[in-house]
Amino acid sequence: MSYRLGVDVGGTFTDLLLIDEVSGQTHRAKVPSTPGDPSIAVLNGIELLTRRASIDPSEVTQVMHGTTVATNAVLEGKGARVGLVVTEGYRQILQVARSFVPGGLAGWIVWPKPEPLARLEDTIEIKGRIDARGQVIRPLDHVALRRELEDLGARGIEALTISLMNSFTNDEHEIAVARLAEEILGDIPISLSSRILPEIKEYERTLTTVANSYVRPRASQYLRNLATELSQLTPGARLHILRSDGGLMGTEVASAAPVNMLMSGPAGGVSGAVWIASQAGYKDLLTFDMGGTSTDVALVQQAIPKVGRETSVGDLTIRASSIDVRTVGAGGGSIAHVPALTKALRVGPQSAGADPGPAAYGRGGTEPTVTDANMVLGYLPSGLLDGEMKLDGEAARRSIEPLAEALGIEVERAAAGVIDIVNENMFGALRLVSVQQGYDPRDFALVAFGGAGPLHANALGRLMGSWPVIVPPSPGVLCAFGDATTRLRSESSHTYIRRFSEVSSAQVVAELEALRAEAAAELTGQGVAEAEQEIGYSVDVRYHGQGFEVTVDVDASMLTEQLLDATRVRFEAEHERLFTFALDQECELVHLRAIAQGARPTVAALQIETGDEDASSAVIATKEIYVEGERAVAHVYARGQLKANNRIVGPAIISEMDSTTLVLPAHEARVDVFGNLIINPMTDPKRLS
Amino acid sequence: MAQIIETSVTPFRTVDVDLVTVDIIENALRNARYEMDAVLFRTAMSPGIREQHDEFPLIADHLGRMVVGQFGSFIGGFLDNYQGTVEEGDIFLTSDPYSCDGAISHANDWLVLMPIYLDGRIVGWSAMFGHMTDVGGKVPGSLPTDAESIYEEGVVIPPTKIYRRGELNQEALELILNQVRMKQWNRSDLNAIVAACRTAGRRVVELCGRFGTDVYISTLELLMDRNYRAMEQLILQTVSEERLSFTDYIDDDGLGNGPYRIHCTMWREGNKVHLDFEGTDPQSEGPINFFLNVNMFKMFFGIYMIMVFDPQILWNDGFYPLVEVHIPERSLLRPAYPAALSCRTHALGRIFDILGGLLGQRQPEFLCAAGFSSSPHLMYSGTDSSGEWFQLYQIGFGGIPGRPFGDGPDGHSLWPSFTNVPNEFLEAYFPLVIEKYETVADSGGPGFFRGGNGIDIAYRFLEPGTISIHDDRWLTYPWGVNGGLPGARSTKYVIRTNGSTEVLASKCDHVKVAVGDILHYVTWGGGGWGDPLDRSAELVALEVERGLVTREGAKRYGVVLDDDGALVVSATEALRAEMRDHRGALPVFDYGASIADLKVRSLAETGIAPPRDPVFKAR
Repeated sequence: MSYRLGVDVGGTFTDLLLIDEVSGQTHRAKVPSTPGDPSIAVLNGIELLTRRASIDPSEVTQVMHGTTVATNAVLEGKGARVGLVVTEGYRQILQVARSFVPGGLAGWIVWPKPEPLARLEDTIEIKGRIDARGQVIRPLDHVALRRELEDLGARGIEALTISLMNSFTNDEHEIAVARLAEEILGDIPISLSSRILPEIKEYERTLTTVANSYVRPRASQYLRNLATELSQLTPGARLHILRSDGGLMGTEVASAAPVNMLMSGPAGGVSGAVWIASQAGYKDLLTFDMGGTSTDVALVQQAIPKVGRETSVGDLTIRASSIDVRTVGAGGGSIAHVPALTKALRVGPQSAGADPGPAAYGRGGTEPTVTDANMVLGYLPSGLLDGEMKLDGEAARRSIEPLAEALGIEVERAAAGVIDIVNENMFGALRLVSVQQGYDPRDFALVAFGGAGPLHANALGRLMGSWPVIVPPSPGVLCAFGDATTRLRSESSHTYIRRFSEVSSAQVVAELEALRAEAAAELTGQGVAEAEQEIGYSVDVRYHGQGFEVTVDVDASMLTEQLLDATRVRFEAEHERLFTFALDQECELVHLRAIAQGARPTVAALQIETGDEDASSAVIATKEIYVEGERAVAHVYARGQLKANNRIVGPAIISEMDSTTLVLPAHEARVDVFGNLIINPMTDPKRLS
Repeated sequence: MAQIIETSVTPFRTVDVDLVTVDIIENALRNARYEMDAVLFRTAMSPGIREQHDEFPLIADHLGRMVVGQFGSFIGGFLDNYQGTVEEGDIFLTSDPYSCDGAISHANDWLVLMPIYLDGRIVGWSAMFGHMTDVGGKVPGSLPTDAESIYEEGVVIPPTKIYRRGELNQEALELILNQVRMKQWNRSDLNAIVAACRTAGRRVVELCGRFGTDVYISTLELLMDRNYRAMEQLILQTVSEERLSFTDYIDDDGLGNGPYRIHCTMWREGNKVHLDFEGTDPQSEGPINFFLNVNMFKMFFGIYMIMVFDPQILWNDGFYPLVEVHIPERSLLRPAYPAALSCRTHALGRIFDILGGLLGQRQPEFLCAAGFSSSPHLMYSGTDSSGEWFQLYQIGFGGIPGRPFGDGPDGHSLWPSFTNVPNEFLEAYFPLVIEKYETVADSGGPGFFRGGNGIDIAYRFLEPGTISIHDDRWLTYPWGVNGGLPGARSTKYVIRTNGSTEVLASKCDHVKVAVGDILHYVTWGGGGWGDPLDRSAELVALEVERGLVTREGAKRYGVVLDDDGALVVSATEALRAEMRDHRGALPVFDYGASIADLKVRSLAETGIAPPRDPVFKAR
């Protein structure tokens, strides 16, 4: 017997999913997370799960893990003290950044500038210069460098970044500095910009590499601990980490380049959503993950999530491939307010967070949040997490009352206004990944998860025209499914700025071949034989003179003498889709990339018991709610008691341990064989019962 | 007066709109405006637009009033002046400041305007202008520092239907492009601006579809009204009936005359604020005149008023009736045709220092120091050894002023959404090496909150060529406030390969550079805010370690460091006490020196002879 294990560490719970690689049978467990050392919860969960399933832990062959350890280091500002080595004349590269001040005209008056990730006093310059063509125009001054590195070593830095001008064209100075740094600084981790991001634009490359150094000690220590403990508990298992781009990587790769796992958490959710929606027969998706403080959305086409070239965490935006997840600061904890000056109703961006949380949580919060509005409207039960957590409806109402007063409307209307506005904010995020990228949202189904997603999903489906709305069972387990059902991936890329007239297709094919070999070797090193690897390519192209590139996928079949022509055709189609026009102008290659992936595991979703349309046996309560401007009576259903084929007519509430789904009037939810709720508008008004 | 052609005569109905819908439409318009930027940045080609973001979008209602944007609406002014029809599918292009009442203020800015039609009626307008790297004329970059009329400043496009009922006016476009040096950039940038305007048009049509056109139009009215009411309260709370004045200067006009005085007086009558530029110098013979559009200035005023109170609000034209602006005819801010305008960037920047100086006087806690030197430009052009023409236009940045909310960032942009160009990008596409890109220690004005440092960029040229420079604040200082000291002034110099140093004028053209020459392009620092003797001494010591302040510069904060750079607390306390005893009352504004003194010291301190006092003909 062999098993694979998906593990998702969330803020509150750690979810585990064990899959029998032969039968596809699954076992699940949910244990409280242990934020101090997240690996404790992972090990507890494995013990619980294997004991419950009567499995010998040594039969687990693969552990797939999505982790927010790197993300949290950034969000909490608890990364390493990073030393930075730059080219002479560029010491303040992170201080000046791109000179950009956010906000509109006069935004500079109120903008709080974040501190650089590597302190200026820990930044040193080297004498030595490489030009844009990769020529050494001044040699490295080893003597001065040695002195500077010794001083830097005495400052207590915990990681080092080396990022020199034009190193994307020639890395020899970076490598020479690294050799000397190893000798002088001992075993602190060193990251080279020519390894982490061999691309033009010195600030972005430096920042990305510094971010890598910043999270590296904490991430690699966590991975090392986990690997050590797993090697005792599950000695036969190989540990893989979920990358931001939705692929998996080995722990050694992850430890060296943890910048690629900053979006590991959201990537797990999207991967899981893709997997379960695909099982249900939907492959073009918008994913919608709404939590307490923020909402993540992404677009998936033909079961493949769109991968972008940027990763944003908090204030930090770096160049690392990740699933193109857009985040808005709108969640259950977002606070509503009415500014005295304008008497507008605004929701967010301030959030009550987890502490004190919404007023309804009864932990001292008094400010009106989205959760409080949902409570006032009657959508939420009086307790969450199987009654572990009580919700205080009176407190929620008290919090909304001042809004109602300021607006001169009744409390329910104010609460409904809060919901409409937060929905609109999330609608904006969904538009960013769809309409604004040239996709028609009506061609996509909407998959909702996260603690608060299913409450708002029906309304967003209606705003977007995206049907059906799919609410998978158990949002936490969804991420673990994502972790367990993705595959190994490695990516090699470099900057290659050439006008199409300057190169031949054969030259570009040779470059891509070399990148393929590099990516494939990394995967072979992780135990995937070359024969099992699936290879893909992409190139970034722009019109010569543009500053923004469009990523064009290149199939292996295109690697011929017609490569450039075929690439141009794809580029122009994409440009037209994105920007509504193409130009009669020469094209230019910017970056080349090869992606190697391992085989995708075959895992079948667990099916639930089959019933008929009648869902009445799952009704646990009937209550008055306020929906679409009026009071209505709604049944409350227990999700766990629903059977396949059940039909639920809105308005209705479907309740489970860690989430609640609202079905709006004139809509119906069907339960499919995997336990998904499939929500659609009712086409036949007579069926309104 | 333009003749608007609509195939439907159905009037818009005013309908009740619930408050949440108003907020939703406001939010959607904000998103549409950011989408305009995104489309432009991704498809434009000149580094000035696509990297530095020298552009400004706008969405207006059916009457042409701005509902989202930054510079206020100029569509009314355009419609008043345009003699012709407006039809569905038309897109207008102009670069003539004199034919749109200063909506754009020099010929490098190409303005595109597009009526948004739905069901045969105009439901809104979208517009955007962007700075073209070159529009022809006597010097590369088209901003001749010695121009004496607009005829020397390149092609000036009167309002032209560049698309007529959806069809590109190819001949007109080619006629225009034939005048410019980098026509592919102009062509692409124009294309990108049109694409951005069309994007906004689609979004407005979608909103009308989603909510109903009457609801949409009625909502815009409510948004205007919301602005009116908010601004009315603000004016009553913050603007006094007493007349307050503020004066600042443009150092010179490129022809050796200066400084030029800009003077503004503000007071309130009832619920209206008056802003009167009487006392501003007459127009210059040179190109530093700034044709200031009245509505644009109202918007600047509104945005400055609100920024400290509710940065989330979406500004629109609704509050215009509450602001009266008077600009004297034939003055520096309202020059008469055909005065030269190309180098108006300095006065445009200075307007913001004046607004800050005016508004902060009644509420010193909201007063920021000076920082708007303008946006200094560099042009470098020539023919490289392979025979190819190259032409760089780059905008520099300096120190953000000290603010009531904290230190001014070093080497950042005061203009919204502007960014620098990556140096690796410059080195890859232009024959130069950037040897240094670093802020200048001590250039930020000392204060409780320090002004941001200016930047020293050292360009080493790899091909012979010609450079032009546009900057200001080389003579007058970026002033400090509330006890803060002024920031450092800007300077530019070339180190020739023979080792000699040549100081360049702040505004110059036709400067030849040879292979190996190094240009140091040093921008201004922001003024300081509050008493530097109250600044944390530990922070000053840390900034010395960081190289942002020198050991010598620390003394201006009364901070004494030992040889290892460690803070000496006792000596610092003693020095601070002594400095406090020996200085007088702290001024609200510290200009560094009087204009007369600055002129006397000019050559010795800056390497440049003082400008001559401007002589004005009688108006």
